[in-house]
Amino acid sequence: MNDAAERKLALSHLWVAFIAFILACFMGEYQVLERSGLISALDSPSVYFASVSTHGVLMAFVLTTFFIMGFGYYIAATSLKQPVWNKPLAWGAFWLALFGVVLAAIPLLTGKASVLYTFYPPIVAHAAFYIGATLLVVGSWVWCVIMLVMFVQWKKAKPGQPVPLAMFATAMNALLWLWTSAGVALEVLFQLIPLSLGWIDTVDPGLARTLFAWTLHPIVYFWLIPAYTAFYVFVPKQAGGFLFSDEMARLAFIVLAVFALPIGFHHLYMDPEQAKGWKLLHGIGTFVVALPTLVTGFTVIASLEIAGRLRGGKGLFGWIGSLPWTNTMVLAVILSLLMLIFGGFGGIVNASYAMNAMIHNTAWVPGHFHLIFAGTTVIMYFAIAYYLWPMLVKKPLFSESMALVQLWTWFIGMSILTTPWHVLGLLGQPRRISSVVYNNLLTLSWKPYELMMILGGLILLGSACLFIYNLAKTQLSPASEAFDRQIEFAEPIHAVESLPEWLNDFKPWNKVIAVLMAISFGYPILQFFFMNTSGSSAWGF
Amino acid sequence: MQIEPLKQKYAQLLRDFYAQLRAIHIDQLERKWITISLIVIGLFVGIITIDALFHGVNPPSKVETVDSASLHLNKEFAEDNLGVQVDDKGNVTVRMVAGRYSFFPKHITVPAETTLTFRWVSMDVLHGVHIPMTNMSTMIVPGYVAEITTTFPKPGEYPMLCNEYCGLGHNHMWSNISVIAKENWTAPAKSSVKGGSNNE
Ligand code: HEM
Ligand SMILES: [Cu+2]
Ligand SMILES: [Cu+2]
Repeated sequence: MNDAAERKLALSHLWVAFIAFILACFMGEYQVLERSGLISALDSPSVYFASVSTHGVLMAFVLTTFFIMGFGYYIAATSLKQPVWNKPLAWGAFWLALFGVVLAAIPLLTGKASVLYTFYPPIVAHAAFYIGATLLVVGSWVWCVIMLVMFVQWKKAKPGQPVPLAMFATAMNALLWLWTSAGVALEVLFQLIPLSLGWIDTVDPGLARTLFAWTLHPIVYFWLIPAYTAFYVFVPKQAGGFLFSDEMARLAFIVLAVFALPIGFHHLYMDPEQAKGWKLLHGIGTFVVALPTLVTGFTVIASLEIAGRLRGGKGLFGWIGSLPWTNTMVLAVILSLLMLIFGGFGGIVNASYAMNAMIHNTAWVPGHFHLIFAGTTVIMYFAIAYYLWPMLVKKPLFSESMALVQLWTWFIGMSILTTPWHVLGLLGQPRRISSVVYNNLLTLSWKPYELMMILGGLILLGSACLFIYNLAKTQLSPASEAFDRQIEFAEPIHAVESLPEWLNDFKPWNKVIAVLMAISFGYPILQFFFMNTSGSSAWGF
Repeated sequence: MQIEPLKQKYAQLLRDFYAQLRAIHIDQLERKWITISLIVIGLFVGIITIDALFHGVNPPSKVETVDSASLHLNKEFAEDNLGVQVDDKGNVTVRMVAGRYSFFPKHITVPAETTLTFRWVSMDVLHGVHIPMTNMSTMIVPGYVAEITTTFPKPGEYPMLCNEYCGLGHNHMWSNISVIAKENWTAPAKSSVKGGSNNE
């Protein structure tokens, strides 16, 4: 198959993602420097909050969305062995989303949208910010449609055959994202855009927070699923072994997508506008969604063990040493799992209904999500990029050893950044502050940790630069005619010949999600229309 | 509407699903792992549920509305009523207003080892309040009263910090609260607490 058009499509998306990433990394380092108070000339709340808002939006919305779209297009084309459906539409979505990003960037960078990436009303930003963000999301919806159409077309052409696991995961992610983004879309379309344009006078912040919580939890699984996809479909092969279980992988993706959605209220544990019964219900669901991650951890480690033993590793732990540590994909998955173990522990604290009160909105929270999102998830984005780049540009990677150094330094930098961040949270430091002006002895204990974070950020910034440099060098190096690498998907130990329909299609799960969402969000949203509420008018920042 | 055929249809659906689930190839070791995972998850869920239902361990969740735009007209949160008050039965209630960039009243003194009911409202945007090292933590959402009941075990001077971004002055939004030994504390006379003007 001549996939030049697909490769160009994927590359364009991935470059937008990584340019957003590197710009945001510079802002991240500025932020740790500013808030430490080390250089008093830097002190400026207006610059700080413009920066954090931009950094958050670039990392959480732009890097992720564009990466997932580009990755999805290439996975669909290669795993289904068919061209991307309706490429003009795909390009239209790309340009629409990019236009949206630029439109949102203008108020962000000029300090007219310092509302952070969560943009909680009644603080209101310039309307261009919300409209730009909406266009980005609309672009991603087009991607979802293309993924689902390709899935359905393939199944029609090959009745009864198992859809390749990589595509199954991608389609589940598209379904997940359609449901996930609906909450914030309702908030933005019916509350924030009308309020920012002055079409309505007030909004109910309680309703807004409820709708945002609908999105806020499953969105992290939208970001995480490409990493899990790589765990299942690339890692075992790269390690020299087999996938432990194809069916369990499918089940994990299903439970992930279905149970990520109805549990968003763990972000509202401390909120007055929802009653405790609903919070408890969502709290229980939050623990259920830990199951697919536990299963994934098991499957990945088991697949690695098979590989290690096939390579001659012996004894209880001997197989670890005989893994190909110099393979970027294998190294990344090991570091990723390490960060997942620590991050998962922190996550249990957050999820625990009562313990959460100690760390809610403290520095612990950004510490936690940098570890698990910027660490566990993004390190797999790097590994995927290193793996796909030579296929996308038809040239060997500029430097494998530089890539290994980059992965190690990302891990080390992330450990040095996030450990003190967690401690600061336990010492009571609130998140989202640009400097420490509290007149209290407690704050004296914060200083050394803030200084350590500067070092961690610096290592991360260096690592990020290495990453971009390596990719750019690879693409710009002279073409070599002979080079032709094909993507390789891992084989399961037990090949699957046939599957029950519910392991091979997303449609039954769509219905299950609809029922669960109606149960867990129906009344909590409707209550705002029955209660005697008084809205809030718009405030600046 | 015919209930019986529908019931049969769904029962059949579930039976098929279960049979197919059983037919999936799952390795012995993996079966064990899943069982252990389920037990651990069940344990966590069980503890939380029992604590919530029987020990009343719940986050602030009183769905009570208020008009944040007209707090000055509101009897309960008029300026004279803010701060610490003790009712006839001896219950201690602390009424506080959050507004950019301060908590009102600016300073309060409360007894240790005493059940305190805090009632927080916002007069403008979203805020959060946390007293580090304690579980006095709640979001303050405009339009709602955030009520939280807690006890401070140890006397001392505690900072009270806004922990939700509320504008460019967010990190200036703080004050201190004095927790003093129960014996030394005397209930303030009604309406004696007024909004002060200095920070300590
Ligand atoms: C060079 C490495 C990085 C450094 C030094 C850094 C540092 C920071 C700092 C200091 C904040 C502000 C937190 C606060 O005010 O409470 C922040 C916010 C944030 N960071 Fe990073 N970061 C880095 C990389 C990343 C990456 C790779 C991601 C995700 C892919 C990420 C995602 C976020 C998000 C979503 C926020 C917004 C948080 C909020 O609004 O509360 N960061 N970062
Ligand atoms: Cu969440
Ligand atoms: Cu604040």
